[in-house]
Amino acid sequence: MDRLMNFLVSPVLKWALLVLAVVFPLISDNEYHIYVMATAFIWAIAVYGMNIITGYCGQLNLAHGGFFAIGAYVVAILTVDHEWAFWPAFIAAGLAGAIFGFLVGVVSLRLKEHYFAIFTLCVGFIIYLLLEKWEELTHGSLGIINIAPPEGFGLVDFTETVPFYYLVLAFLVLSVWLVSRLSRSLLGRTFLAIRISDDLAQSLGINLMRNKVLAFVLSTVYAASAGALYAGVVRFIGPAEADVVHTFDMITYLLVGGIGTLMGPLLGTLAITWLTQMLQSLEEYRMIIFGPMLVILVIFFPRGIVGGFLTWRGRRLANKASQQGQDGKSQTTVNTPSTPNADKQEAGNNA
Amino acid sequence: MLKISNLTKRFGGLAAVNNVSVEFPANQVNAIIGPNGAGKSTFFNLVAGAMPPSEGKIEYQGMDITGMAPDRIARLGVARTFQTTMLFDQSTVLDNLIVGHRLRTQSRLWDVIINSKRLRDEEKKCRSRAAEVLDFVGLSHIGHRYIADISQEERKRVAFALAMATDPELVLLDEPAGGINPEETENLADLIRKMVKHGITVCLIEHKMDMIMSLADKIMVLDHGEKIAEGTPEQIKNDPVVIEAYLGSEQDVEA
Ligand SMILES: Nc1ncnc2c1ncn2[C@@H]1O[C@H](COP(=O)(O)OP(=O)(O)O)[C@@H](O)[C@H]1O
Ligand SMILES: [Mg+2]
Repeated sequence: MDRLMNFLVSPVLKWALLVLAVVFPLISDNEYHIYVMATAFIWAIAVYGMNIITGYCGQLNLAHGGFFAIGAYVVAILTVDHEWAFWPAFIAAGLAGAIFGFLVGVVSLRLKEHYFAIFTLCVGFIIYLLLEKWEELTHGSLGIINIAPPEGFGLVDFTETVPFYYLVLAFLVLSVWLVSRLSRSLLGRTFLAIRISDDLAQSLGINLMRNKVLAFVLSTVYAASAGALYAGVVRFIGPAEADVVHTFDMITYLLVGGIGTLMGPLLGTLAITWLTQMLQSLEEYRMIIFGPMLVILVIFFPRGIVGGFLTWRGRRLANKASQQGQDGKSQTTVNTPSTPNADKQEAGNNA
Repeated sequence: MLKISNLTKRFGGLAAVNNVSVEFPANQVNAIIGPNGAGKSTFFNLVAGAMPPSEGKIEYQGMDITGMAPDRIARLGVARTFQTTMLFDQSTVLDNLIVGHRLRTQSRLWDVIINSKRLRDEEKKCRSRAAEVLDFVGLSHIGHRYIADISQEERKRVAFALAMATDPELVLLDEPAGGINPEETENLADLIRKMVKHGITVCLIEHKMDMIMSLADKIMVLDHGEKIAEGTPEQIKNDPVVIEAYLGSEQDVEA
């Protein structure tokens, strides 16, 4: 048990996952599956962004899907109407994410908790309206077709599924790498302190606005970059990309995988994407399976798959260390009554 | 150390703190007592900069800090704990403390991206400071435990440690003995004495009279936002106004 547990948190697992992702197109001969995987990776990148502001920093941003759409539209407008190549447009999309993120962040982050959530919900809706109504710029509800694919400089053709898959995988790895750095660093700890409470963070000398805006801008750059990649693969977008439904989908991915954890965004996105694929034949009725599953998950794993695992493991290690300490010094207090879950989980696993 | 002049805070029509002037000398335990709703927590919020005063002046070490942002005041050496202990339940005691020293570091996003030497040095510094303060509050043996799994008294101590990690000179403790038993309260009082011995000035809000009387060097009594008395524990105990407004009624309740 312990060996499996250690394996699951060791870097080995992450490398194994990476190897698996790299060989996936070689072992799967179904191009559609590779395409589904690639788009799941794109969403995962956006969810990593959401995890920075919502998971680490604790601010529920409901405009996230809007920033995804902004990234997609920057690429679409620049490549179609202004004949830019994809890559410069991609960089412009990231910059647009940063600039709009900064402007929205500076205003909205003055609000706390649900006021912030409601405000960003409105921001998301305004983005949607602008994309739909500002026809001269966005082509209105018709959407934009013939978006330029990423150019491969004569080496690869990114209009083909497999090369595009690897391109997205590379961006995903970069995204996860940066978040892993961030989450372990003093900056990540600063964000976490804000998540506990604004008052506490300030009492520890943390400049709230500066750190919240930084987390927000990072998250919107992630969202816009993901949107830009999305535009490069589907090559046709419309105002529906900014539908708030996408934001709620991403929240679901985050909750299922584990909010505030490193691997949660990826695992949550993949799990739901493939589950959706499997239940596709049920169409609308898939919610009958989906809904109860989510409820059960939220009740029993409030921190998602990864979070639940980490808590369980942490408790196990802590208890072990205390027991060793106890053998030596025969202390009396080990378990406080406030941990029925830990005990239950332990028992379940020993059984 | 701390000089307050004519401090007032109004919430709408209510003056939660009303024209309070007081001086708290360095290197001792200064206590603030008063019935519920007297404005004690609000007084701390004003000193820590969490809310701006309506009127009055706050001087810390001779410096006017009135209306200064709370994070700047923290960097000047004012730390605090809250009436309800706020910690990150889902991580370990030691992990909770590392961020406490963040305000003494400089690393930014760029340091994170390139994993700079400055960042690595500063993280080491924060870690060792966390271990030091954990030792200071006597909890080294539970550094690896999850916050959700430790006792109420231990949580209070971790909150003290977190405040200590900021390298403060003045610490504001808001009802640290709330919700813990008498024996633990005595231990906590010892810890507060130890803080003073290490050169820290303590301001303390507390309801437990026996604790205050044995611990405080100076007491200020608030009632309905106004200062109704100040002095040594002896003076306060025998002050008829205080007995009338607070101690008397309290003892009645206890009796
Ligand atoms: N942020 C606030 N907004 C409005 N009223 C407040 C606020 N904070 C405190 N008060 C009011 O100020 C009074 C003093 O509160 P407080 O300082 O918490 O008292 P104490 O800590 O002495 O029990 C109370 O009547 C409380 O309702
Ligand atoms: Mg209070």
